[in-house]
Amino acid sequence: MLTAEEINEIEQEAVHYPRRDAVSIDALKIVQRHRGWVSDESLNDIAGHLGMSATDLDSIATFYNLIFRRPVGRHVITFCDSVSCWIMGCENIREHLQERLGIGLGETTPDNRFTLLPTVCLGCCDHAPAMMVGGDLHSDLDPVKVDRELEKYK
Amino acid sequence: MTGIAEKPLTRNMRPDGSALDLPAYQKAGGYQAIRRILNGGMTPKAVTEEVKAANLRGRGGAGFPTGLKWSFVPVGKDAPNPTYMVVNADEMEPGTFKDRLLLERDPHQVIEGAIIAAFAIEADFSYIFLRGEYTLAAERIARAIAESYERNYLGKNILGSGFSLDLHLHVSGGRYICGDETGLLNALEGKRANPRAKPPFPVVVGLFGKPTVVNNVETLSCVPHIIDHGAPWFRDLGRGKDAGTKLYGVSGKVKRPGLWELPMGTTAREILEEHAGGMKDGVKFRGLLPGGSSTPFIVEQHLDTPMNFTEMPKAGSRLGTGTMIVLDDHTCPVGMTWNMMRFFGRESCGFCTPCWSGLGWVERILKSMEDGQGKPGDLERLASQANMWNPGNTFCALAPGAADPLQTALKYFRDDFERHIRQHRCPWR
Repeated sequence: MLTAEEINEIEQEAVHYPRRDAVSIDALKIVQRHRGWVSDESLNDIAGHLGMSATDLDSIATFYNLIFRRPVGRHVITFCDSVSCWIMGCENIREHLQERLGIGLGETTPDNRFTLLPTVCLGCCDHAPAMMVGGDLHSDLDPVKVDRELEKYK
Repeated sequence: MTGIAEKPLTRNMRPDGSALDLPAYQKAGGYQAIRRILNGGMTPKAVTEEVKAANLRGRGGAGFPTGLKWSFVPVGKDAPNPTYMVVNADEMEPGTFKDRLLLERDPHQVIEGAIIAAFAIEADFSYIFLRGEYTLAAERIARAIAESYERNYLGKNILGSGFSLDLHLHVSGGRYICGDETGLLNALEGKRANPRAKPPFPVVVGLFGKPTVVNNVETLSCVPHIIDHGAPWFRDLGRGKDAGTKLYGVSGKVKRPGLWELPMGTTAREILEEHAGGMKDGVKFRGLLPGGSSTPFIVEQHLDTPMNFTEMPKAGSRLGTGTMIVLDDHTCPVGMTWNMMRFFGRESCGFCTPCWSGLGWVERILKSMEDGQGKPGDLERLASQANMWNPGNTFCALAPGAADPLQTALKYFRDDFERHIRQHRCPWR
């Protein structure tokens, strides 16, 4: 079941589009904001609410990398591995993150604190390497700075 | 004009990094252009003609003449309606970080540009399509839109002119391919962002099947200044054959990576040496991609070419987004090419076979070369795949964009590729 709050937020977005199904991505993001990810049950509920088939909605949900169809940790780390960050040594940052967190790409720490994902260029190339933790951008990274920043996320 | 006018896009930005709010934007002369237009100063056609005369070309990378694009939109009482104006703020081209600055620091400049564009094409609705990772920009754009509605620069009967416009911010769910204009339109319709076959072009059949103009953030940011100061002023800002100023950026192992607003047509050498401070101590320049991952490499002999849309093809390249990525002698050109092909392969929407199939294959060949498993014939296989990505074989520009750095890397750094195969290892590791 979608909550009244979720439905209200979806409807507020829907007024800006001429068709209800146009709001599908916003609806997925709204539910994810409340629940952390989009479960099969949530997917079915959103599809029902928008008058779409769940299969159609799942083909959309799985296309967009910022929509999670599997549970994620409390904080999602997206580290940039595109070309400017690669030149500036993002492979070392990746190795450091994996070692520190003890997980591979796409995995979540056992304490459910962090999920680690690679991402395309974050538009922070003059301060490479860069990563985001949730909605926060961190740049000019080195292993020491990575450790310091991660401590802020409990 | 005075020196201060030479950086119209960035000169009002605050040194502390905060955004110009509406009062500050107005104080700096903002919203004067739309006021003058709506007070009866200019017809939609006159606005389009002024932008055409200014020779404004699309700053998203393709360089299509903006006024010409606007002029293709059917108008008048028999035209299909509604018409849409879409701001492409989906900056995801690797190495590109220019629209972030404009969105975060002067959001009203982009919004005023969008309002003027909407007036010119007689649009009823406008969307800003923003990439999901630009969270600070999202916050600031949303606040700026609310301010504009409060002052009736947006909404019904704007400033009593009879012109109405709604503007809505859509924050994306991710994926590079949303930056392609037809992929973007599908994403705005709530679908998978697979690009559409063209024609028909979006200016005729676009968002929800209606006429739609999609313009880049930097392009629209130029528009209020063109209206304020006139087409001849804008043309004169450029140093070479193209008009205006350009946000140029440099990333890689240079002394001062960064972003600067300079006359359009400034040379790569000047940007690299004077603004970015040259290479870091101990590393040497080998080549650069002038405007993101989808542009062909240039090397030393091309550095004095004006960085603009018209003249970069003489150097076998393109301006692209104008934010260059520098390759140095401590960085492996094969590894760099592999990184970019992995990016393109990962971000392929999966629709056209030469793209989804070929990119994966090319990425694996390059990876094997990096791992010391390169085979004779690999370079021919890479070249033949790149040929399959020529424009016309796929719906959109993703695969042709991948071909550009691959083909030029094979041309300029061929020895390095051959050494990988011959020595069965990456000489940089």
